[in-house]
Amino acid sequence: MDLVKHEHDVLVVGAGGSGLRASMGLSQSDLSVACISKVFPTRSHTVAAQGGISGALGNMGEDDWRWHMYDTVKGSDWLGDQDSIEYMCKNAVESIIELEHYGVPFSRTEEGKIYQRPFGGMTTEYGKGIAQRTCAAADRTGHAILHTLYTQSLKNEVDFFIEYFVIDLLFEDGKCVGVLAWCLEDGKIHLFQSHMVILATGGYGRAYLSSTSAHTCTGDGNAMVLRANLPLQDMEFIQFHPTGIYGAGCLITEGARGEGGYLTNSDGERFMPKYAPNAKDLASRDVVSRAIQMEVNAGRGVGAEKDHAHLHLEHLGHETINERLPGIAETAQIFAGVDVTKEPIPIIPTVHYNMGGTPTNYNTEVLNTENSVVEGLMAIGEGACVSVHGANRLGSNSLLDLIVFGRSAADRAIEVLKDKPKSHPNITSSSIDKIISRFETIKNANGDINPSEIRDTMQRTMQRYAPVYRDQETMNKGIEIMKGLFRDFENIKLSDSSMIWNTDLAETLELNNLLYQSLATLYSASERKETRGAHARDDFPERDDENWLKHSLVSVTDDGEPTYNYKDVVLETLTDEMETVALKARTY
Amino acid sequence: MAKFTLPINSIVRKGKIFSDVNKSENMLTVEIYRYNPDTKSNPYTDTYLLNKDNFGPMALDVLIYIKSKIDSSLTFRRSCREGICGSCSMNINGTNNLACITDISTETKLKFYPLPHMPVIKDLVPDLNNFYAQYKSIKPWLITDKKPEREHIQSQEDRSKLDGLFECVLCACCSTSCPSYWWNSDKYLGPATLMHAYKWIIDSRDTAKEERLSNLADKFKLYRCHTIMNCTKTCPKNLNPARAISEIKKMLVKA
Ligand SMILES: Cc1cc2nc3c(=O)[nH]c(=O)nc-3n(C[C@H](O)[C@H](O)[C@H](O)COP(=O)(O)OP(=O)(O)OC[C@H]3O[C@@H](n4cnc5c(N)ncnc54)[C@H](O)[C@@H]3O)c2cc1C
Ligand code: SF4
Ligand code: SF4
Ligand code: FES
Repeated sequence: MDLVKHEHDVLVVGAGGSGLRASMGLSQSDLSVACISKVFPTRSHTVAAQGGISGALGNMGEDDWRWHMYDTVKGSDWLGDQDSIEYMCKNAVESIIELEHYGVPFSRTEEGKIYQRPFGGMTTEYGKGIAQRTCAAADRTGHAILHTLYTQSLKNEVDFFIEYFVIDLLFEDGKCVGVLAWCLEDGKIHLFQSHMVILATGGYGRAYLSSTSAHTCTGDGNAMVLRANLPLQDMEFIQFHPTGIYGAGCLITEGARGEGGYLTNSDGERFMPKYAPNAKDLASRDVVSRAIQMEVNAGRGVGAEKDHAHLHLEHLGHETINERLPGIAETAQIFAGVDVTKEPIPIIPTVHYNMGGTPTNYNTEVLNTENSVVEGLMAIGEGACVSVHGANRLGSNSLLDLIVFGRSAADRAIEVLKDKPKSHPNITSSSIDKIISRFETIKNANGDINPSEIRDTMQRTMQRYAPVYRDQETMNKGIEIMKGLFRDFENIKLSDSSMIWNTDLAETLELNNLLYQSLATLYSASERKETRGAHARDDFPERDDENWLKHSLVSVTDDGEPTYNYKDVVLETLTDEMETVALKARTY
Repeated sequence: MAKFTLPINSIVRKGKIFSDVNKSENMLTVEIYRYNPDTKSNPYTDTYLLNKDNFGPMALDVLIYIKSKIDSSLTFRRSCREGICGSCSMNINGTNNLACITDISTETKLKFYPLPHMPVIKDLVPDLNNFYAQYKSIKPWLITDKKPEREHIQSQEDRSKLDGLFECVLCACCSTSCPSYWWNSDKYLGPATLMHAYKWIIDSRDTAKEERLSNLADKFKLYRCHTIMNCTKTCPKNLNPARAISEIKKMLVKA
């Protein structure tokens, strides 16, 4: 096969918030950078983020990055690494001011500063008060940030390769030396060589049937990492957002509760105070999602099936809604037929975010099972597990994660490549052939199963066997079904063998990636015998720090079999500006 | 005479008919424009007779249903499925729209075409490179010589001027509905790009207002707009590019 060849110092795979921030940083250095994305940059999923980005700016009341750090560690149920969390919270203010200087149209306070709203789990003075820490551009913060970052990348002349689908990573002697990508428009396979690859490919929400994620959220980078015989970390921790629109799955931001919205059950009762007497509707997401599920299980769900809850915004009034939540009003109208100024929105906990992903240190360098750096490979964004979110992410901490670590990835790559090699190594044909042959096998597959059937069963299986509340029996069943699907994939049939814009093939490659990650999720979840953050087990309802205060690492072989490893959580902070947040029971 | 280009193959033939519905059911007749770049033969329209109970209420649900159950080669862009990424812009029953937020529950007939007057890559996927290049040409980034230590101070009033502008999802529905753009897309910037230019001109933080305005003062770039208003009528995000354009014209008169 003829390959179109490119050489760059650094490749950024992904043009969401994290990938664009990294690309921009690199474009201001002497290094040559390419940013490769399967969708046009502003169509990346970051565009959908609504509520905001957290940072202790203190524009609307006293704030301190240490309080933010405390909240993040507590939110993570102590599974987050405290060195990374310190790094993120401390660098938040500077990174957000930088975004404003790039031109992000943040909403404003009366004094003309960046407007900040309350968000779940964000407190002042180590849990005492409610913080207003989440910087917002109405309820379209992700859109505002992503479009601005794109314009800055245009200004800095980032070399984009758009609508290129990266198939797999290339390794030589254990070092990542580039990627192979398929250009949808010219239909050719391109070989990109580099000294550093930065994966910024996002989460894999589409493993589930109902998710707030875009169709393109298939975690491709994570699957590439697994196929390179590297592990993924903490894959059992999947965040269910309390308020996805019932049926459609579209998100209603936590900012809606930040602005004063609240939940009720079929008795019209405001039930959150029962579960979180202090934070109430603004408790952290795992807590609120479980509360909704408990209400439903107790027969107090709303609707014909009594299987969901109501979110009220009617009392906020037209003005607040128009100014602060216009996107929500529009989405609720389109997808639930609800006028939020008059009626409640039907909502249900919906798969939203992956805390797990490719393990990295706080410098964003990818780590192997021995916890040592994999040369030539970095990872950032939702696909990475650095780990600042641990067992449960706080809302508005993801956009922050993208920006802070996107920026530091650029800095780190520049540092590592100070004495970069003069030329790119020869790539052996065997490493290329292996990737091409997998690609060709899928493209020419002529079995008897329609890939969309496998996708459907996979999504239903995750929905049913890796839900909010889990137990050994359901997860074992899930693993059995998923392994079957993994094998069935060998027997698929594709009818379109074209190379130009063959989206059937692209979706099938994505499906294969999702299957790898679904297996990894089920494997990790079935092994972790405790309840922590978003991983809630009926059969092990307590957190067990003695045995499980550790990160899970799971690898998946090409036959779909797991290998497990574990590593310690980093409890030491990065500097002595902050002490370790000591373990304690988690209540809101 | 104005030079204009029709799509490479402008004769559209009738294609195949698929049916998975009995007449008595809740039937939807769907006609879709198809073009295959591998054969480069004339485009055609395929027809699908479908039972509406099998999929969700949006036009995108119909396309996804056809792709997963009937014809996996059907090609279109999509991502967010909630009207925010701007991928799924196309012409549905004669109007440009985002397929994922086009409610079809009361329709009995649907016609899907790619965005009008753009080169077609495959089926419903147009080539938007010219549209993107025009966007870049207006320097759509904040230009300022100030570098405050903290954020720029911007009053709530000044900030509110950006509402109704910054929400643009770059879907190109407006530009590709504009007759002036159809005939002059090589030179006329079109409503989406002009609206972005306007947004930067009136952002109180930006200091390049004069430069931006003088760059637009051009017979082709700006003045091809004849206030036909198609752009505003069609914008799926309910924005008003026509107003933004007329504001730019007013500013130029004053300047
Ligand atoms: C509805 C919604 C609302 C949210 N709201 C908030 C919020 O208010 N605050 C907050 O902090 N977080 C929020 N989040 C979470 C946050 O938006 C995401 O975690 C974050 O945007 C992920 O960014 P990313 O850069 O990792 O990846 P993405 O933005 O998902 O981008 C992934 C990129 O990788 C590219 N890519 C992927 N695979 C390939 C491949 N094989 N080849 C080439 N390119 C590839 C894609 O093209 C894309 O450019 C929200 C999430 C959702 C779903
Ligand atoms: S108002 Fe101007 S830009 Fe809009 S459709 Fe008419 S001519 Fe085109
Ligand atoms: S102005 Fe409206 S129609 Fe035009 S590109 Fe923006 S969102 Fe699309
Ligand atoms: S799929 Fe994103 S706008 Fe339609």
